[in-house]
Amino acid sequence: MRWTGFWIGAALFLVLAYASTFMVTNTFFFFVGYVMLQFVVLATAWNILGGYAGYVNFGTSAFFGVGVYTAVALFKAFALPLPLQILAAAVVGTALGVATGMMTLRLRGIFYSIATVALVIILETFVVNWKFVGGAAGIQIVRPSLPSFFPTYEGMLFVVAAVLVVIAVAVARYVEGSWIGRGLRAIRDDELAAECSGVPTLRLKLIACGISGALMCAIGAPNPMYQQFAIPGAAFELPYSVSPLAMALIGGTAHWIGPVLGALLLSATQQYLSVTISSELSLLALGVMLVLFVIAAPEGLVGLLRKVGLFKTGTVRPSNEKGKGT
Amino acid sequence: MSAPLLKVENVSKRFGGFTALDSVHVSINPGERFGLIGPNGSGKTTLINCISGSLRNDTGSIVFGGEEIGKLPAYVRLRRGIARSFQIPRPFRSMTVLENLLIPIDFGGHGQSSRQAMDEVGVILEKMGLASKADVMSSQLSQVELRKMELARAMAARPKLLISDEAMAGLSSSEIDEVLALLFKLNGEGITIIMIEHIMHAVMRFSQRLVCLEAGRIICEGTPQEVVGNARVQEAYLGA
Ligand SMILES: Nc1ncnc2c1ncn2[C@@H]1O[C@H](COP(=O)(O)OP(=O)(O)O)[C@@H](O)[C@H]1O
Ligand SMILES: [Mg+2]
Repeated sequence: MRWTGFWIGAALFLVLAYASTFMVTNTFFFFVGYVMLQFVVLATAWNILGGYAGYVNFGTSAFFGVGVYTAVALFKAFALPLPLQILAAAVVGTALGVATGMMTLRLRGIFYSIATVALVIILETFVVNWKFVGGAAGIQIVRPSLPSFFPTYEGMLFVVAAVLVVIAVAVARYVEGSWIGRGLRAIRDDELAAECSGVPTLRLKLIACGISGALMCAIGAPNPMYQQFAIPGAAFELPYSVSPLAMALIGGTAHWIGPVLGALLLSATQQYLSVTISSELSLLALGVMLVLFVIAAPEGLVGLLRKVGLFKTGTVRPSNEKGKGT
Repeated sequence: MSAPLLKVENVSKRFGGFTALDSVHVSINPGERFGLIGPNGSGKTTLINCISGSLRNDTGSIVFGGEEIGKLPAYVRLRRGIARSFQIPRPFRSMTVLENLLIPIDFGGHGQSSRQAMDEVGVILEKMGLASKADVMSSQLSQVELRKMELARAMAARPKLLISDEAMAGLSSSEIDEVLALLFKLNGEGITIIMIEHIMHAVMRFSQRLVCLEAGRIICEGTPQEVVGNARVQEAYLGA
């Protein structure tokens, strides 16, 4: 699939999402849909570093929570409109991603992972003590008036999430096919050999950290509007760290479609289980599926589809982009 | 005489309390075929790691093409023209043989077009007898094929200096002859080559100059005949 096909698919998806805001009257559809799309973005963002480069981020919730609170702070202070909140969150996420990377990535692999766990704790503690955004008790968000071209708030936020999905997937797809993706893959396979083959490993890892952080924070930004409430305990919640990782691994990390499939499948299952039975059980289901996949299908859904011949990838050819890594 | 391509001066490297390289001096001229021998653990790979940037030397200087490179990261040194193979092959396992070779081409900073790159890879794979393996995953290769791919990947970087770290271990004698012929040919094209090798007849035949390391020190330097005839070398290395 080349870019034309991709963009046609993306446009179709956005048109359908927008049309659904007029056609679907059941708001539950939008609640479920929003959460699913949110996880597609998070899993896709996680995969850019965790899947392509093999650096496992256990702190997705730190980035998500920072996105949530960037939006809350800017909304409360300046009544900034949602698109600008998202943009600001992306900028903060880039900075946070790069900064975390700079502090930890010179050390290899596991040290990065440990540091990301610490990051969640540090940032949550910071927000808990930040009175302006409500502290530990949380803060109520009063939604501003709805733009006239959307019939409902739920519908609008669903479309916003859909737009972020398209951006995230397009970015992941670009990274994957570009010199960045090829360098990250070399890093994941053998960082020392990559460096000795001319791959600027530190720089590429920082780029991946920045992109990944930007997307994670960006999808955090509309969440307070969706919940009409923000509380640190929920914004920095463990499932935001565990689920994207599990979704990417279950979907398959080698191809951008993997995290998308994994997120859709898992978040649908999880929501079904938490509505019908309980949310604890849905987390358990996630864990069980992760273990099953790691054992039985280490290359995830994408690997399974490939095995049965339903999914093909083109062979990689050299890129002739200019200025790569120089 | 022209200025040396590579000048290693007073280079030492310690691992904790253990001295792996002790004030090593090596000077290599452009176009030279240079052999490095020494018993296991004498510091040959460590020296290569310091030159290629996988390790930083604790003391001394490493000058390549007139530039001090001792503090440059490995990827920059590759782009300056230093390529090395690994003694224990380090393939990119999720990639095919072809894709493995495209990494140094994509990141080597020579700015080839994709057509040129494919042509270049084709030529190298042909030379190394890996043409039929181009689309095979590198994780499926035999040890011998992996060693060949190590050399092929280093060549793909278009190096000025190619360092081969025991590339011939495990190869059959006809394969050794092939690789030797290939290295001679590369050298004929102007590439300077450092060969680390345990296979004495190969390194004797190949090298114009030979250095013998023992316990991190250079104990002898000269023509292959001089070095092999040296009493200390015989004692340390050849176990005479
Ligand atoms: N990264 C390292 N950490 C600690 N010791 C090392 C390291 N690399 C090499 N050494 C030690 O340095 C010595 C020289 O090793 P090496 O350069 O690999 O020898 P050679 O290539 O000549 O066989 C050995 O004793 C080895 O154990
Ligand atoms: Mg060695």
